[in-house]
Amino acid sequence: MENKNTEYKDFVVTARKYKTLLTKKYLDRKPWKPLQSGEVLSHLPGTVMEILVKEGDSVEKGQLLCIHEAMKMLNRIVSPYTGVVSKINVKVGDRIAKDHLMVKIEVE
Amino acid sequence: MTDLSKDIQELRKKKEVLKKGGGEAAIEKQIAMGKLTARDRILSLLDKDSFQEYDMFVKHDGRDFGLDKKDFPGDGVITGTGTIYGAPVCIYAQDFTVAGGSLGLHHARKITKIMDHALKLKCPVIGINDSGGARIQEGVGALAGYGEIFYRNTIASGVIPQISLILGPCAGGAVYSPALTDFVFVVENISKMFITGPNVIKTVLGEDVSMEELGGARVHAEITGNAHFYAKTEQECFEQIKQLIRLIPANNAEASPRIEKKEPTTALNIDDVVPSDPKQPYDVRDIIKCIADNSEFLEVHELWAANIVIGFGRMGGETVGFVANQAMVLAGVLDCDSADKAARFIRFCDSFNIPIITLEDMPGYLPGIDQEHAGVIRHGAKVLYAYSEATVPKITIILRKAYGGGYIAMNSRHLGADFVFAWPSAEIAVMGPEGAANIIFRKEIEEAEDKNAMRDEKVKEYIEKFANPYVAAAKGFIDSVIEPKETRALLLHALKLSVLKEEYRPRKKHGLPPF
Repeated sequence: MENKNTEYKDFVVTARKYKTLLTKKYLDRKPWKPLQSGEVLSHLPGTVMEILVKEGDSVEKGQLLCIHEAMKMLNRIVSPYTGVVSKINVKVGDRIAKDHLMVKIEVE
Repeated sequence: MTDLSKDIQELRKKKEVLKKGGGEAAIEKQIAMGKLTARDRILSLLDKDSFQEYDMFVKHDGRDFGLDKKDFPGDGVITGTGTIYGAPVCIYAQDFTVAGGSLGLHHARKITKIMDHALKLKCPVIGINDSGGARIQEGVGALAGYGEIFYRNTIASGVIPQISLILGPCAGGAVYSPALTDFVFVVENISKMFITGPNVIKTVLGEDVSMEELGGARVHAEITGNAHFYAKTEQECFEQIKQLIRLIPANNAEASPRIEKKEPTTALNIDDVVPSDPKQPYDVRDIIKCIADNSEFLEVHELWAANIVIGFGRMGGETVGFVANQAMVLAGVLDCDSADKAARFIRFCDSFNIPIITLEDMPGYLPGIDQEHAGVIRHGAKVLYAYSEATVPKITIILRKAYGGGYIAMNSRHLGADFVFAWPSAEIAVMGPEGAANIIFRKEIEEAEDKNAMRDEKVKEYIEKFANPYVAAAKGFIDSVIEPKETRALLLHALKLSVLKEEYRPRKKHGLPPF
């Protein structure tokens, strides 16, 4: 307890500031990011097998963008938007994590 | 020499060979990894000379991939019965020196046999895990083995205490047996638990992570909460288990082992532990030391979700479970992890006839997008469910703050508490004074010339009116406002009165807690 006083931090719960220790897990928590319209993210970790569009292409909602192998499945990644491909953020053969930006679409 | 004595010599020789497990070289390797052998682990844990082994002569019947030409002593697992402080237990230990402790059908059947014994004998079952995983050569037979173990873990849940030690690797499907048991023990540098190992993660994600960083003892004790007890050495781990066995009953129809009542030994003065300023922290375990017999407390989940403290102690010689908000960590808020931690402990106590003492001092739930998105509603509901469902004696002491949803959740009268006492320092209110004043007096504060002065005045007004135990006492929601010094005597009285407590619930197959 002797050295704890210096470690106590201010911590606000409903308008009141408490002196307390913060846990590693609390400090390491992932900050929340609002969903950006036009971003196509990977839902699983895996490998990009094939890319079927290029930057500048017009795409329809539901059009196949790429094939992403994850969990032993060849997943068809289709465009959730109608618009123009503004950026392709992956190459064939890339191993990507979950929530990795694959394709960016300028939504019409 | 008679034939019988020849047979006996033969038997002794066979047993000698089998007892060596994987042989000298493998044993040396095991020891070099800083681990005891499976047999030494059992012998260290059990009372001296109490171990009786069964199924030593069991053999696998694998026929593929050259398995037919291999002999695995005991099929890689030692099973038997013994005692800890005289209390019977069933035990098994996977032997890493034999084919890496790999689990095949007959290895698993040895385990399920001893589990069936435990369930019939109504005694705790202790499993020591140290295995490379499924014996792949046996194919689906190994999977069948795991499934049969999980099924028994589930059937035995809430009937007999189930204890798991992770003293080596425990990966893939193997992790689910410990996860289904009541208490998981891990040891620094020895325990490794994960569903998919570093190799798979490297292949799929290209991410480099060590076994220790991925699923080492510390990770499970501090981050995931999969482990309940953390030790530096195997010996320390065995001592923790012995302590636990002395505190919990053999099964759900028995009372915990009773010992002589002892007064608390701490030099702490209970009046001085809790600072009067509700914003200042303290260690709630000091309060437990002031009220528990001999000031002894066996903390469960010490490192994980430390904003709530749970564990066993004794009051008047009888085992009780303590659940206490820890103001020193995250101000003692409830969040997803601390709710899970408390709820599971409450359900253990309720299953095994252990009265629950709740020490309350909490400002509310942890605010945050991550918490809301992680399902703090669903997790927080588990605490409400567990307290409401429990029929063991339930006693609450409100030490300081009891705000809002937290007041309800922490075993309030409204969830069926048998006794609720509050210290004079208690503040039972719908939220902290600052938050409440901001809402109730929003107009006055906005219209005032000096907004801060007006806010301070209104906060003071609110504190004087509501930040005390007497509003709740006036409604009968708390039974008495007591001096801190009276706490132990009152708890002993309440527990004594509750010995014959009976409470009934409607008949049902089972409830649906918000898992």
